[in-house]
Amino acid sequence: MQKVQNNKAWWLVLPVFLLVAFSALIPLMTVVNYSVQDIFGPGQAFFVGTEWFKEVLTNERLQDSLIRQFIFSGAVLLIQIPLGIGVALMMPKSGIKGSLCLILLAIPLLIPWNVVGTIWQIFARGDIGLFGWGINQLGFDYNYTGDTLDAWLTVLLMDVWHWTPLVALLCYSGLRAIPEAFYQAAEIDRASKWAVFRYIQLPRLKSVLIIAVLLRFMDSFMIYIEPFVLTGGGPGSSTTFLSQTLTTMAIGQFDLGRAAAFSLIYFLIVLLISWLFFTAITHADKEK
Amino acid sequence: MAEIQLKSLAHSYSDMPEGPDDYAIRQLDHVWHKGGAYALLGPSGCGKSTMLNIISGLVQPSEGEVLFDGKRVNELSPRDRNIAQVFQFPVIYDSMTVYDNLAFPLKNNKVPASKIKARVHEIAEVLEIQDKLYKKAKNLTADEKQKVSMGRGLVREDVTAILFDEPLTVIDPQLKWKLRRKLKQIHEQFDITMVYVTHDQLEASTFADKIAVMYGGQIVQFGTPTELFEQPNHTFVGFFIGSPGMNLIEVQRCARGVCFGNTNVSLEPWQVDVLQRTRSTNIKIGIRPEFVEVSSVASDDTFEAEVMDVEDLGTYKIVTVQLDHEKMKVRESEDFAASIGSRVYLSFPKQWLKLYMDEFLVQEQD
Repeated sequence: MQKVQNNKAWWLVLPVFLLVAFSALIPLMTVVNYSVQDIFGPGQAFFVGTEWFKEVLTNERLQDSLIRQFIFSGAVLLIQIPLGIGVALMMPKSGIKGSLCLILLAIPLLIPWNVVGTIWQIFARGDIGLFGWGINQLGFDYNYTGDTLDAWLTVLLMDVWHWTPLVALLCYSGLRAIPEAFYQAAEIDRASKWAVFRYIQLPRLKSVLIIAVLLRFMDSFMIYIEPFVLTGGGPGSSTTFLSQTLTTMAIGQFDLGRAAAFSLIYFLIVLLISWLFFTAITHADKEK
Repeated sequence: MAEIQLKSLAHSYSDMPEGPDDYAIRQLDHVWHKGGAYALLGPSGCGKSTMLNIISGLVQPSEGEVLFDGKRVNELSPRDRNIAQVFQFPVIYDSMTVYDNLAFPLKNNKVPASKIKARVHEIAEVLEIQDKLYKKAKNLTADEKQKVSMGRGLVREDVTAILFDEPLTVIDPQLKWKLRRKLKQIHEQFDITMVYVTHDQLEASTFADKIAVMYGGQIVQFGTPTELFEQPNHTFVGFFIGSPGMNLIEVQRCARGVCFGNTNVSLEPWQVDVLQRTRSTNIKIGIRPEFVEVSSVASDDTFEAEVMDVEDLGTYKIVTVQLDHEKMKVRESEDFAASIGSRVYLSFPKQWLKLYMDEFLVQEQD
């Protein structure tokens, strides 16, 4: 049979190419464009090369904010992943109780970010908020607008409340996918509850846990609205995370060049760490 | 090790069983003696696995009792019954090595480490997987996985019994035969009560001293392979054991025997006696293909039949003949020469001609 040379089929890729170009490539290139220029106004742009990048990397405000961001994301993962697994393990396997638990768990996930911030802003107030008032009544001096530690705890608690259900739901689906035969075999082998968790449930949760860790890392690393509404980044700049610093720079100070350079670095950090997580977990148990 | 007794056991998977059809196991009493090698043979869906799971405690029977050495164990979990069970499809702990898989039941039993090592190596040797001991279990092939799965069942020495639920389904025929021999050896060596579920009669008879045939949720016969072959207690046993199975013909009562179509078959006087005393209309006679005698000349008690088909299986021939309107199979030696369409004369030796009423064998009363 004679092979017909016809590359017209490439045109079929065009719509996808255009879509990706307009949704991702062109905006990204705009940012790249800004990051290498100093722009004063229309027609008044000067090429500055890597100057913005150098400036951004040595900026103390950004460095502090980056450190805070790492502490926050680390704490989020350390709390939410084990807690989510625990919740999933305790949930009823099926029936009306199981469905009820699922609905209850899903509620925080359905609430818009800024509403979550508002809810906690009121809930944690010492004068009219049930939570803040209750803590104060118990004899603790709690005030998230004035005390750094209190502010941190409140932001963390809010994030745990908002996002642990996601981890729990993912783990729950992972647990339900384990065939009954494994539990039967474990029962026959007289495995303890811990052994069942360690050798059957945990290994089989691995793939959903990779997703959970990646999602929670990326989301928490880019957190913006909730702490912004709750504490406004304060007291001082103690709960000002990376994206808020970036926003202040780009919109508040209209420092577009520096903000663009910083955006690119931010993007690369998220990408790099996600990749590290993914390779670390997937390679962990490859045979030597 | 223990004697396992099932007392008026019945099980239904529905909460409100209405008729006998809702039962996976119907009212049965049975004893598995200490140290025996048994097979539980039956077609798919006859309740074999249910019975096994009831013995091990994975399933709670809806009625009746399970007794180990006379003690009721219904309320005990599999853990407390101390039973080993091998499943149809391999279950392995895939994050562990083969060694850890085999050691797992022992570790859970708090066996000392030196003992574990010795025992794991012993079992690995029996199953011929020594060279795979330090491989990750998930990288094994299907039959290696099943060996590991089986090894976990065999590794504990102090078990009450070992139950096998069609453990060789995923294994290729060559190895199947070898593993069956292995199991038999292990049984002789350690003298543990073993119950082996299968739907393959060959597998059952190579493994077990005694076979329980299950049909429709009941054990219809419990006996040695020879007994099952020569004295099938139930038409199902006749049909299921042997290849091809027993010839079964529906018949009516007649003077001095039974008849079908224009054919009269005379029976022993005691058989006729039983026939006269009962009212049942479900009467069948059965004879194994091996026991039908074929000759080319007619005599007193022969029946004329037509050869319909001859299958040459290499070492013997299966001949299909038509007697009246009934087709029968006959097993003949290679030198059987009659061609298709020719006439032959059949006779049924009295000791091999069985009479069944309501599907059960009519036996001579002493």
